Amino acid sequence: MTATIEPELGRPRRRKEDARLITGRTRWTDNIALPGLLHMAVLRSPLAHAKISRLDAEAARSMPGVIAVLTGTDLAEQQGSLPCAWPITPDMASPQHPALAVDEVRFAGEPVALVVARSAAEARDAVEAIDVDYEDLPVVLDMEAALADGSPLVHQDLGTNRCATWVFDSGEAGTGEDVDRVIAEARERGDVVLERRFRQQRLIPAFMEPRSVVVDPTGEQITMWSATQVPHILRLMLAMTLGVPEQKIRVIAPDVGGGFGGKLQVTPEEVLTFLAARRIGRPVKWTESRSESMVSAHHGRDQIQRLTLAARRDGTLLGLKVDLLADMGAYLGLVTPGIPILGAFMFNAIYKLPAYRFSCTNVFTNKTWTDAYRGAGRPEATYAIERMMDELAAELGKDPLEVREQNWIKHEEFPYTTVAGLTYDSGNYEAATEEAKRLFDYQALRREQAERRERGDAVQLGIGVSTYTEMCGLAPSRVLGSLSYGAGGWEHAAIRMLATGKVEVITGSSPHGQGHETAWSQIIADKLGVPFEDVEVIHGDTQSAHKGMDTYGSRSLSVGGVAAAMAADRVIEKASKIAAHLLECSEDDLEFTAGRFAVRGTDRGTAIQEVALAAFAAHDLPEGVEPSLDAEVTFDPENFSFPHGTHLCAAEVDTETGRVRIRSYVCVDDVGKVVNPLIVEGQVHGGLAQGIAQALYEEAVFDEMGTLTTATLADYLVPSAADLPTFTTARTETPATTNPLGVKGVGEAGTIASTPAVVNAVVDAVRHLGVNDVDMPCTPMRVWHAIHRGAGAAPTEMATGAEAGGGLGSIDGGDQ
Amino acid sequence: MIPSAFDYVAPSTVEEAVRALAEAGEDAKVLAGGQSLLPVLRMRLAAPSTVVDLGRIAELRGVHEDGDRLVIGAMTTHYDVQRDPLVRQHALLLALATDTVADPQVRHRGTFGGSLAHADPAGDLLAPALALDAEMVVAGPNGRRTVPAEDFFVDYFTTALAPDELLVQVRVPKFSGWGAHYEKFNRVAQAWSIVAVAAAVRVDGGSIAEARVGLTNMASTPVRARGVEEALIGRPATAETIRAAAQHAAEGTQPVTDANADADYRRHLVEVLTSRAVTAAAAG
Ligand SMILES: Cc1cc2nc3c(=O)[nH]c(=O)nc-3n(C[C@H](O)[C@H](O)[C@H](O)COP(=O)(O)OP(=O)(O)OC[C@H]3O[C@@H](n4cnc5c(N)ncnc54)[C@H](O)[C@@H]3O)c2cc1C
Repeated sequence: MTATIEPELGRPRRRKEDARLITGRTRWTDNIALPGLLHMAVLRSPLAHAKISRLDAEAARSMPGVIAVLTGTDLAEQQGSLPCAWPITPDMASPQHPALAVDEVRFAGEPVALVVARSAAEARDAVEAIDVDYEDLPVVLDMEAALADGSPLVHQDLGTNRCATWVFDSGEAGTGEDVDRVIAEARERGDVVLERRFRQQRLIPAFMEPRSVVVDPTGEQITMWSATQVPHILRLMLAMTLGVPEQKIRVIAPDVGGGFGGKLQVTPEEVLTFLAARRIGRPVKWTESRSESMVSAHHGRDQIQRLTLAARRDGTLLGLKVDLLADMGAYLGLVTPGIPILGAFMFNAIYKLPAYRFSCTNVFTNKTWTDAYRGAGRPEATYAIERMMDELAAELGKDPLEVREQNWIKHEEFPYTTVAGLTYDSGNYEAATEEAKRLFDYQALRREQAERRERGDAVQLGIGVSTYTEMCGLAPSRVLGSLSYGAGGWEHAAIRMLATGKVEVITGSSPHGQGHETAWSQIIADKLGVPFEDVEVIHGDTQSAHKGMDTYGSRSLSVGGVAAAMAADRVIEKASKIAAHLLECSEDDLEFTAGRFAVRGTDRGTAIQEVALAAFAAHDLPEGVEPSLDAEVTFDPENFSFPHGTHLCAAEVDTETGRVRIRSYVCVDDVGKVVNPLIVEGQVHGGLAQGIAQALYEEAVFDEMGTLTTATLADYLVPSAADLPTFTTARTETPATTNPLGVKGVGEAGTIASTPAVVNAVVDAVRHLGVNDVDMPCTPMRVWHAIHRGAGAAPTEMATGAEAGGGLGSIDGGDQ
Repeated sequence: MIPSAFDYVAPSTVEEAVRALAEAGEDAKVLAGGQSLLPVLRMRLAAPSTVVDLGRIAELRGVHEDGDRLVIGAMTTHYDVQRDPLVRQHALLLALATDTVADPQVRHRGTFGGSLAHADPAGDLLAPALALDAEMVVAGPNGRRTVPAEDFFVDYFTTALAPDELLVQVRVPKFSGWGAHYEKFNRVAQAWSIVAVAAAVRVDGGSIAEARVGLTNMASTPVRARGVEEALIGRPATAETIRAAAQHAAEGTQPVTDANADADYRRHLVEVLTSRAVTAAAAG
């Protein structure tokens, strides 16, 4: 049985998991029904900051179907504090983070009480019957105000709203010069020194499947199903937070419908469902509504960035200084404080920068807490530097691509150690840019832009550039250690060779829409020379996939996929001993290709499936060889992976209305070797959609009371295919040199690269009208005001963000 | 979220529906396509004791002619309005505005009557109904009455319908041979209008013989831009006339400030959009 098998790597297979995911006929957490299942609903604070002066649950307790009503006081002893695994500095101010507020609420949406009832409807009805008296406390929403003397405090006991300040200085680290000196000298010489302030608006991950948890306490282990990205981390954290022995908890992430970092969390509701189920002794389910998700699932981004860039008049970069304020919201989640720090190594991007300083102050405010969102720290960094490069080009009257090329790392200069201390293993910025320019027809668009300016057309054309890199594949454990992160960055994989020659691949990576089942099957089919259909990928259950670090930070393929490939190598090693024994030859005489061990120079051989059966039967194995081909690997990467690429955006701005229309979008990404081009394409498209969404559409807006006014998808504008252009995507392929597959991450690249490309295009279209910045999202109103207020940027906080727009959001009437 | 519990009735005639409403009292709600009502119930912004579903009343669906009028049943879905040849022929403006409503899923369930009765000032079908002088046929305990569009829209989410009344049909004069255009301004495809302009014009020998212009989301009710209409009628259909006429678009409007647009911006937008809508209507 030696049918020739077409190579799987590089094959654009349709994803085997899609039929069940798309039709919903699968094990979404909310689809799980257990005998005797009860339902939990959560009462949330309507106020952003208040004392709970009285909470009366009597009426709720006597409502039909109600089994239990629990308050923060009831759980104060058991609930512990929700974990934050990333204390970025030794002196970080770290507040208690109760799952249920005990006597004070600090953001609107914070859980205050829970009801468990026989049906979800009864639980919801009873929640309405809980009577709470709140005593208002002063609300602080703005980061700069929060840091001012005399500001109201989010956490009285901390005595400050400053969570931590984290600094990287190339002068101190020895990776570059002292940036303050470099900037001072540049000023003296009359070189270019640009200062800008950018705002990274707050975003909501808005995954499609709302969060859901089921906990079954009726067994030796307590089993939790959760719509999570991180079943393994969740089990560990539940054990550590609640003091339950780790082996008594089993966590299952069944099929999960998107996360984008939003499900990289240990949520209050997971803890509450766990505690409620354990207390009652029956299985309990909690599934959130969309509006609950919008107010209470962690948000992302939310930074104020102050940047100073120094360059020679010829365009050569001299130094960059970055001062950030990052909004934590009211509490710290799993990796909240570390998110902006992930950007620290990326502001220098692809450029050779002699001096660099990054300083970030994390701030508490009375808003939903923030944490990872697709790109996590790196989109913010890339936005800032790529906007600055366009500003520099404008200042010098140069083409933005020319200024970039002048400063980027040339392909023959890799590996290259940057001013932030990272070593980029490989890249070819020239090749990606060349291809992007060709696909975009850069020169023709520049000509059209000039003509339109000349004519004074109502619709102006702008061209935006973003030449990005990012660090992903989180992460080498020693680097995480040096950043005070609470865990390592390895990944585990195992392979089980079944008696029938079929293969089970167990991965510690935890897919939630990425297509691991298809990609891992392709990798292993190729490695072992078995048909794609014969490979089953097992994931997301701490009992079967017992060891893992889960999925985030574009790490799955470049860490977890590599671990699986390495496990396959071990299977082959083990099989080779048995094959040699069966074929009565020396192992050295064997050649393994396309699933077959052949004795060199003969036509004798045996298929790996036959070896698997021989191992199973174990009737005739060589001395000292165990009857198993199964193998496992825990792989710790030696470096990050550094995808890069060039994105070009042509945007039309209607100067009469301020509306932006993306006319064409070209991206040439270099994500190294590709396992499945169709999956890569999908990741790029989705990434672009989310990056463009930040540039043009999405923003979490709070009113002055701290109420989220964009709490429905009618107000929080997630664009759909109808709002987006046709993307022209292409790839160059510079293999990563730091992993045996040569792969890099692709999960976040599109999001990271696209936001600045779009905003650069918008600004470029109207720069001649006196505009040098528009706050994100570049709504028609902001763009129009920027144009018509003439010179300078549009004011940061536009007229008002307080009320929602028409339609659903204005259901209870607008006001004048 | 899950709505509060309510009683559900699904009558099969208008008379039964009116009786059901009367019996249930003030707290009853009519259910048409549910595209606006269900979100309100699910977010518990309303908790009716009884929901009266009009879905089984055959009389309320469909479009027919009645002399110089077009009669559109209140329960005719957006999808059916869009595809109806009579609507395209005699009330093109309505068809074009309906094309811009929401997305295909919503258009398959949402109804023409439901949109008008809901009276969201950001809704897209109010301004066309007003501009075309539609009449609402309303059924109540004392029989049927007819309310002109001008009197029907009272305030935000408020119409001339009494709690025990139903909108049964909409009678629209025929505008055969008129050019029409609905210029909608929103931020994402499925969203309501930030501002929109509904224009229908009859061009005769190169000049504008008649004009109707209605504005969406420029006040608590749809607004008829009479100043624009007057400035157009009898003038040549040129870019200059139209631009000049559009300068009157914001007159008498009371736009709100919200997250998408402040009042000044809305007043500006309505002029730009009026000019574009009338230009397109005059060309088509
Ligand atoms: C995602 C989404 C996007 C949307 N986008 C748009 C848009 O772009 N433009 C737009 O115009 N609309 C939009 N809508 C609203 C949509 O057009 C609704 O269909 C419409 O507003 C209500 O129609 P319905 O038939 O669904 O009414 P329902 O939701 O059933 O009822 C709405 C209200 O009207 C009352 N009512 C309904 N019918 C009658 C009747 N015959 N007599 C008396 N009272 C009645 C109900 O009691 C209720 O108060 C959108 C809706 C959604 C969900």
